[in-house]
Amino acid sequence: MNDFLLLTENLLDITLFICFIGISASIILLMYRIIKGPSNADRAVALDSIGINLMGVAAFIGIFLITSKLTDVVLLIGILSFLGTVAIAKYLEKGVIIERDLD
Amino acid sequence: MLTINLAIFIPFLAAIFIPFINNRFKQTHIGWFILVVPVVLFIALLRFIPTIARGETYINSSQWIPSYGIEFTTYLDGLSMIFGLLITGIGSLVILYSIYYLSTKESLTHFYIYLLLFMGAMLGVIFSDNLMALYVFWELTSISSFLLIAFWYHRKQSRYGAKKSLLITVSGGFAMLASFIMIYAMTGTLSIREIASSIDSISDHALFIPALILLLIGAFTKSAQFPFHIWLPDAMEAPTPVSAYLHSATMVKAGIYLVARFTPIFGGGDLWFWLVSGVGIITLFVGSFFAVKQTDLKALLAYSTVSQLGMIMSMLGFGSAALHAGYSPKSVVYTQAVFAALFHLVNHSTFKGALFMVIGIIDLQMGTRDIRRLGGLISLMPVSFTIAMIGSFSMAGLPPFNGFLSKEMFFTSALNVSNLDIFSLNTWGTLFSVIAWGASVFTFVYCMIIVFKTFFGEYKGRHHENKQFEPPIGMLISPIILGLFVVGIFFFPNLVGKYLIYPALGHIFPSMTLQLDAYSITAWHGFNTELMMTIAIVLVGGFLYLTLHRWRGVYRLFPETRSFDAVYNHSLSGMEKGSAKLTKLYMTGFLRDYLVYIYLFLVAVTGGVFIYTGAFSFDLSQDSPVSSYEWIFVVIILTAGFAILFAKSRLTAILLNGVIGFSIAFFFVLFRAPDLALTQTIIETVTTVLFLLCFYFLPEWKKESSPPSSKITNMLISVAVGLIFIVIGLSVNSGNLFEQVSLFFEDADELAGGNNIVNAILGDFRAFDTMLEVVVLFIGGIGVYSILKLKKWKGEENIEGD
Repeated sequence: MNDFLLLTENLLDITLFICFIGISASIILLMYRIIKGPSNADRAVALDSIGINLMGVAAFIGIFLITSKLTDVVLLIGILSFLGTVAIAKYLEKGVIIERDLD
Repeated sequence: MLTINLAIFIPFLAAIFIPFINNRFKQTHIGWFILVVPVVLFIALLRFIPTIARGETYINSSQWIPSYGIEFTTYLDGLSMIFGLLITGIGSLVILYSIYYLSTKESLTHFYIYLLLFMGAMLGVIFSDNLMALYVFWELTSISSFLLIAFWYHRKQSRYGAKKSLLITVSGGFAMLASFIMIYAMTGTLSIREIASSIDSISDHALFIPALILLLIGAFTKSAQFPFHIWLPDAMEAPTPVSAYLHSATMVKAGIYLVARFTPIFGGGDLWFWLVSGVGIITLFVGSFFAVKQTDLKALLAYSTVSQLGMIMSMLGFGSAALHAGYSPKSVVYTQAVFAALFHLVNHSTFKGALFMVIGIIDLQMGTRDIRRLGGLISLMPVSFTIAMIGSFSMAGLPPFNGFLSKEMFFTSALNVSNLDIFSLNTWGTLFSVIAWGASVFTFVYCMIIVFKTFFGEYKGRHHENKQFEPPIGMLISPIILGLFVVGIFFFPNLVGKYLIYPALGHIFPSMTLQLDAYSITAWHGFNTELMMTIAIVLVGGFLYLTLHRWRGVYRLFPETRSFDAVYNHSLSGMEKGSAKLTKLYMTGFLRDYLVYIYLFLVAVTGGVFIYTGAFSFDLSQDSPVSSYEWIFVVIILTAGFAILFAKSRLTAILLNGVIGFSIAFFFVLFRAPDLALTQTIIETVTTVLFLLCFYFLPEWKKESSPPSSKITNMLISVAVGLIFIVIGLSVNSGNLFEQVSLFFEDADELAGGNNIVNAILGDFRAFDTMLEVVVLFIGGIGVYSILKLKKWKGEENIEGD
């Protein structure tokens, strides 16, 4: 009984750790894709996915450290990851990121 | 009352006004106005003679840099009186001579400004009591001499001679400055008088010997002593009045003055004795020996000046033995050597000045000073011949000219010093009189060359364009006056001895009471060794002169390529080549090499200092434990970091760089720094985007094809730098010496009204840094804008003009 109580007390920590392991594994796998990735598009998608994983990590750490100050970070990573992916996508598509005004 | 302090500045003041006077009176030769300056100073100094002869001294002091003990103090005593009279007296005669020598077509304002600068500086050297003031004037003489030697600066030889003399004399000047600083360190005063009175307490100081040697190097370079004599013959490219004034009568005697002035301070030891007398006697011999070889009259006179200066120097050295022996009736023979030195100093200035002026006249009238093209001038230039004969015979040491007296006294002192039993002189002392005699023989030979090769023999008129031979009378006035002095001093030597030289002796030997009657000069002193030596000189010298063409070949044993000039030239060009080689060796133009130097230096110095001081010690037990989250990010960063090194494409490298940046942001998150994490993520994104922006314009990503050896060096260096920083970081972390200051900022809410401590520090406590960082960003932005806007596009006109 005591063991079970102890387990429930630590349940959050254990869950966090398992999730963290999972996310880390996916980040490492995505890293492999970035390094290896046969085409640049593969790399771009991998980077985008890493961004989303990082949002998760930031949120986990926020829970782990019991603070609400990290929500900004989560949101920011969301925005930046989007912007970065768009930039890379545009680069891959057109060769430039900011086009010159032709008018 | 005209004090000496003011007198020194009169030439400088006059130099300022020369251009104005020249503009005002264009018709008159500017030299006539200048002539007033030395004449006034000469008369002013003459008025001091009676009081100085009574043993009085004059001290004038004015503040200059009192906080460093540097005062402008002048000290007029017997010793500086002799030099002062020489400088102003011969200065007047030289200016009078130069009025006729230089035509108004020359840039006379320059000439007289330099000359007056030199005169003022020289007066400053001899009258200064403060070492620093002395040094300032000393360098001024070097500089003004440099300007005067290169007066005809369009000639290559003039520039060469000027550079050479400047290099040598200024190097000596620096040695002297170092010596002065050492003296100051020993005695704590810069005043020569005070140093002389406190010298007994420091004679076994560790700096005493270095100071002595450096001071002598300064004196020897200025006075053209062996082996620094090489600049003097090349300085003969100067106009003849300059040669007569600077390079025979005044500047080259500054070193003599220095030695005489510092004899009471450093004299009395065997090192001083051997250096001064030894170098002096070698200079005497070398100068006279090589003078015979010269065919250019001025070069001959230059070597003879070197030789005579060596003679004066050696006599000063002999005299310093008196300070060792202490005062006794016997030591009079050594103090007499100094008396003879000063007497010969005066004599030399008179006859050498006259000789230079005569040769200037011959040069001007004949268009050459080469003895091989001169001859038979006796009937054409009788006055010049008379003066040249007086000067040469005096230099050779013949009666009835003043050189005879001083040469006899020189022999007396050399013979006396051979009999000394101090400083291990009983074994080597005889060499002094032998070398002195040998050198005098050569002196006799070259003096005969001056007189007989120039004025006798057949007239080689076809070489000469000029038909009117004897120069204008004004040009002859100065050499005639000097010639009169040469003869006059022979007949009335005791006037000079009593009023000029005897008062100076008391300042060279301050601890002794000297009797005046021991220093009277007699022209006839019986049939003694000295007279025999002179007779032998005449006989042997005459024989050598007559057989000159037979033994001239001996000079082929001393070719130009092995002389000290060659050493100077080779060392100068060698230094240039060597430094060029050295610079080329490390300034390769490759950024990689410079980075290697920087990192090697960093590793060697930082690591070396830490190892040397034993600072590499750390203790891991106090560190906080590493959580599993941290481990994961460490692994990510490591993987990405190593992967960058082996990335195949640029895009991979950029993306991996982004991964590192974001992981760092996560360390900020983990270590509870949300502001940093926010900024880091944004900046990382922007950087990645910027990288991608440039991507388009960059060339293909090429693998550097560097040899494996340089790759290994790079690796070793980078590993070393990394290790050093890791170890330093660990060591710093384990040594927590002080209380943290951040506790203060924890009250940010109360102090600054903000909950966010980071922002309170950035915007409130330390806002000054933030402001400047904003400026940095601003400058960066403007910089990027201007680089892009002002770039010279292809085909566009270059508006910057380079």
